Amino acid sequence: MEKTVEIRWHGRGGQGAKTAALLLADVSFKAGKYVQGFPEYGPERMGAPITAYNRISDNKITVHSNIYDPDYVVVVDEGLLDSIDVTAGLSPEGAIVINSAKKPEELASKLRGYTGKIYTVDARKISVEALGKYFPNSPMLAAIVAVSGVMDRDQFLNEMEASYRHKFSKKPEVIEGNMNALRMTFEEVAV
Amino acid sequence: MSIRERLSGNEAVAYAIKQINPDVMPAFPITPSTEIPQYVSTYIANGEMDTEFIHVESEHSSMSAAIGASAAGARTLTATSSCGLALMWEELYVAASDRLPVVLALVNRALSGPININADHSDSMGARDAGWIQIYAESNQEAYDNFIQAYPIAENPDVMLPVMICQDGFITSHGVENIELEADEDVKKFVGEYDPEHFLLNEKEPMAIGPYAVSNYYMESKRGQRQAMLNAKKVILEVAERFEKMTGRKYGFFEEYRLDDADYAIVIIGSAAGTAKAAIEEIRKTTGKKVGLLKIRVFRPFPEEEIAEALKNVKAVAVLDRSEMFSGTGGPLGAEVTAGLYRAGSKAEVVNYIYGLGGRDITVEDFERVYDELENMAATHEVKDNYRYIGLRERGDR
Repeated sequence: MEKTVEIRWHGRGGQGAKTAALLLADVSFKAGKYVQGFPEYGPERMGAPITAYNRISDNKITVHSNIYDPDYVVVVDEGLLDSIDVTAGLSPEGAIVINSAKKPEELASKLRGYTGKIYTVDARKISVEALGKYFPNSPMLAAIVAVSGVMDRDQFLNEMEASYRHKFSKKPEVIEGNMNALRMTFEEVAV
Repeated sequence: MSIRERLSGNEAVAYAIKQINPDVMPAFPITPSTEIPQYVSTYIANGEMDTEFIHVESEHSSMSAAIGASAAGARTLTATSSCGLALMWEELYVAASDRLPVVLALVNRALSGPININADHSDSMGARDAGWIQIYAESNQEAYDNFIQAYPIAENPDVMLPVMICQDGFITSHGVENIELEADEDVKKFVGEYDPEHFLLNEKEPMAIGPYAVSNYYMESKRGQRQAMLNAKKVILEVAERFEKMTGRKYGFFEEYRLDDADYAIVIIGSAAGTAKAAIEEIRKTTGKKVGLLKIRVFRPFPEEEIAEALKNVKAVAVLDRSEMFSGTGGPLGAEVTAGLYRAGSKAEVVNYIYGLGGRDITVEDFERVYDELENMAATHEVKDNYRYIGLRERGDR
């Protein structure tokens, strides 16, 4: 990793985009990287659009500004495509990952002429199948790891399993479901 | 041996508090500092520390309780932000004039109004004349390191002053970054035990704290506070040296970044200094222009002569303020740095910028523009408007 990878997350308050950004920082940290994970706070309310950011690098990161020219963008709620310019500043060499049941070409017209790669992941389908409930975080996290290549897939799965074991020590039954959600996402997102 | 971790700035400060395990923490929640008492409460509930946590009904009360506890002889702290600090106003002065080594974890946030929760320095800058030592952080690492150094400075018998450990709201307080933590036993040993010379609960030495001072005494009391501030300069450097021996991380009154050979310098406080450093690397790499940075760590006491000395060879200086003071002539850091340069006979062009109010972002490109403007000023010897803004929308802008 020669330069710092910059990722911008778009979601709605309560959907966990901030948590996903912090999880990505966490797992990248465990993979030996220098990381930043931070939210941008506006008026906080459930359902309002929110933005969160990651910087991931092999070198120390000193920049403390928001990210305006990201390498990757993750959209946790496809409804935001109508109201937010999610590809603003997005590198055409990078990619956008959208949580949607639609195919990338069906969403292209909403991306204001973005010429880079478009990926979709049906986080609802994966989550409901693997966990029985809709938590978009794990699939979106796996999707951005797959697309950005910030770390090796096996390393990611190992670190996530360790982190789930710690987080769900009192509910070990949900660990396998979450791991399945990550694996299913890797299969669905063809890079 | 340092421990590699990743924490938010609030977690980092709470972790330092846990390691120090002070005697008393009265606190009232306010964004973005709320997490600090929240984490500390959790540590206490989990039996990881035994600080007495006092739930109070306001920040006026938290600082009052801190004053009481500290006067009684307890190692004391609190945490707050913004309007919380404003509500402590009266007590801030009392803590300082009673010479109580209270430590305050301040998470900088704009003051109302309009109401805003994001970072600027208007809260702590407003308290700059209250008699507190003020130490600022660029990163989570520095917030942690500064907090560990706070008590050895505050409790030094030649100082005995309260200390405010400041970090930028959300930018560092809620941002997760890599950090090196020190082992519990090393932190405890570094901070040591608090053994006050005078304290209210000492039955062998009955004393009054905070009595009325008639005009015949008041002025000498204030002169005493000034002396404590002057003494603090030596102590801050001694503590930093001891800290460097433990961690390898070097601290002083300020950090000089690529300043040795710099023609153009920016003076700044807080998290944006890291963004400036990235701009400096970029400019030096692409243009070879000699640009540098002076990042203030200690604002009170103000290291005026040392700053002037560090800037003696630069051609132009931009002082960046993250707060307004409505003098109509600039910000507080701008005024103090400019006065220092004048007294030192500096011939450098000096300009003051206001940036980042209420969390307005400042980017690498913003810093590149400032350096361009400095180069232009040095070439023309013309500053024109010496009080400017960064990132301000003017009429007609979007």
